[in-house]
Amino acid sequence: MLDVARVRKDFPILDRIVNGRPLVYLDSAATSQKPQCVIDSITDYYSRYNSNIHRGIHSLGEEATAAYEGVREKVCNFIKATSAREVIFTRNTTEAVNLVASTYGRQHILAGDEILLTPLEHHSNLIPWQTLAKERDAKLVYCDVTEDGKVDVESVKRLINSRTRIVAVTLTSNVLGTIVPVAEICTIAHASGAVVFVDGAQAVPHLPVSVQDLQCDFLAFSMHKMLGPTGVGILWGKAEILEEMPPQMYGGNMINSVWRDRVILNQVPWRFEAGTPNIADVIASGVALDYLQALGMNNVRAHEKQLSQYALAQFSKIPGIKLYGPSTVEDRAGVFSFNLSGVHPHDVGQIVNEEGIAIRVGHHCCQPLMRDLDISGTARASFYVYTTEEEIDLLIGALDKARKVLGHVACR
Amino acid sequence: MSLADELYRETILDHYHNPRNQGVLEGPSILSVEGVNPLCGDELILYLDVKDGKVEGISIKSRGCSINTASSSMMTEAVKGLPVERVEELIDAFKNMMLKGEQTAVPEEFEDLEALQGVKKYPVRIKCALLPWNTLIEALHSAASGETAKAISTE
Ligand SMILES: Cc1ncc(COP(=O)(O)O)c(C=O)c1O
Repeated sequence: MLDVARVRKDFPILDRIVNGRPLVYLDSAATSQKPQCVIDSITDYYSRYNSNIHRGIHSLGEEATAAYEGVREKVCNFIKATSAREVIFTRNTTEAVNLVASTYGRQHILAGDEILLTPLEHHSNLIPWQTLAKERDAKLVYCDVTEDGKVDVESVKRLINSRTRIVAVTLTSNVLGTIVPVAEICTIAHASGAVVFVDGAQAVPHLPVSVQDLQCDFLAFSMHKMLGPTGVGILWGKAEILEEMPPQMYGGNMINSVWRDRVILNQVPWRFEAGTPNIADVIASGVALDYLQALGMNNVRAHEKQLSQYALAQFSKIPGIKLYGPSTVEDRAGVFSFNLSGVHPHDVGQIVNEEGIAIRVGHHCCQPLMRDLDISGTARASFYVYTTEEEIDLLIGALDKARKVLGHVACR
Repeated sequence: MSLADELYRETILDHYHNPRNQGVLEGPSILSVEGVNPLCGDELILYLDVKDGKVEGISIKSRGCSINTASSSMMTEAVKGLPVERVEELIDAFKNMMLKGEQTAVPEEFEDLEALQGVKKYPVRIKCALLPWNTLIEALHSAASGETAKAISTE
């Protein structure tokens, strides 16, 4: 298990006082906090070996290049990929989805083809596919979800057919916390020749994820949600697919040789990294990966499972609460969306903020899911390695206050 | 000052719990305009009936937060029955109060609206308060040009 008290000491922001109270940060699904070692590594890079990479032969350049490329290896190990050459650095998950939709997608989607999605998708793993489908006169197909927010795998089986080219699916829902049986979906998809793009933004930070176990074709995630800095996303893809994909952007770094009228492109993965990348933040991302690896992703998952068990029990005691998503911790991550009857999520967020508690409110970039649920939004508390049961208690107390301030009292 | 004194004043809570002029208006002369706050996804539909240069009927259908609902309720109550020019003045006065911090911008007879002053301290919530007003501006434009349906956003 995690030694949470010790972990918390590594996060300087947790000492902050917000509105007169110690910060209770329950918005890690939006972005996680950063340990001191990650923060320090950025300063270290800029003060000791700042330099452009993949060019020149001076020592600083060599050090920076080695550090940057070393992170590719770390990512490869972290997600149990077979080669670091399958790891592409992007700005975030969103850019990774767009990269694949605009290259692989444009190459393979023709009129009448189908792209299968789940209704749980974040706008980032939806709009690029929706736009591609419109552009190509292809069809977007959505599988079903059950009452408690699980993906209905039978509906996936039923809907996949010989016209299905791409299945785009999240591994963990950022609203309902649902962990989607992606390995099973990959088996079904591959049997009819479709590739599977996995949005790992909410999964890779919180569970052990192995692309070999999943057998997916693409995996995307964002380092800022896993203790790393903003500005670094990862796109992993199977080498044989990446080899056939055209670049999304052209320019420096992504070439082998250039003439006045033609170019020979660089190899994978550099072909997909045009221009000077976010060197400092990629290097700091490597430090975040080391930190998580030292904690152990099994321990991270066990900690969040325990918190989720506790949260499920505590939330259920609140009168008038509607909790969304699976009710068993095996099927869910530490992301809890809820509504209090008679209190709009916006007001819930405002009132708990007064107590120094940070939660997210609104549609969470999942408007189609909100429409399915027939709600305008939810309040959402999400946990990470530094979250404690005491913090969940503080939230529960603040929710009680929200109910008292705003809840509709029948005979007022 | 506590949040309840500043933001969730009694008047606001009253309008939130018992919003006036909520729901759908129907009829050949009714026009409807949709308003969206992209920040939180809150949506509302405003129904407006302008006859002979006067707001004969107005209603709002929404599921907004307390500030949005209270602002909608107060607005509909304030403008119902007023001549369009007077409504436009009131909209200006209200927006000046919310955006420019003019303490006394709103005419006395609409004192309920003063309760929304507390929102100014919470910049993200100003949009919640303004959404019905901006939607009304759009609706008045549509009424003037004879259109009947439109969507706007506060961005
Ligand atoms: C499931 C999911 N997918 C994609 C994203 C987009 O991530 P980013 O904003 O880092 O591109 C998020 C983050 O909000 C997410 O939760």
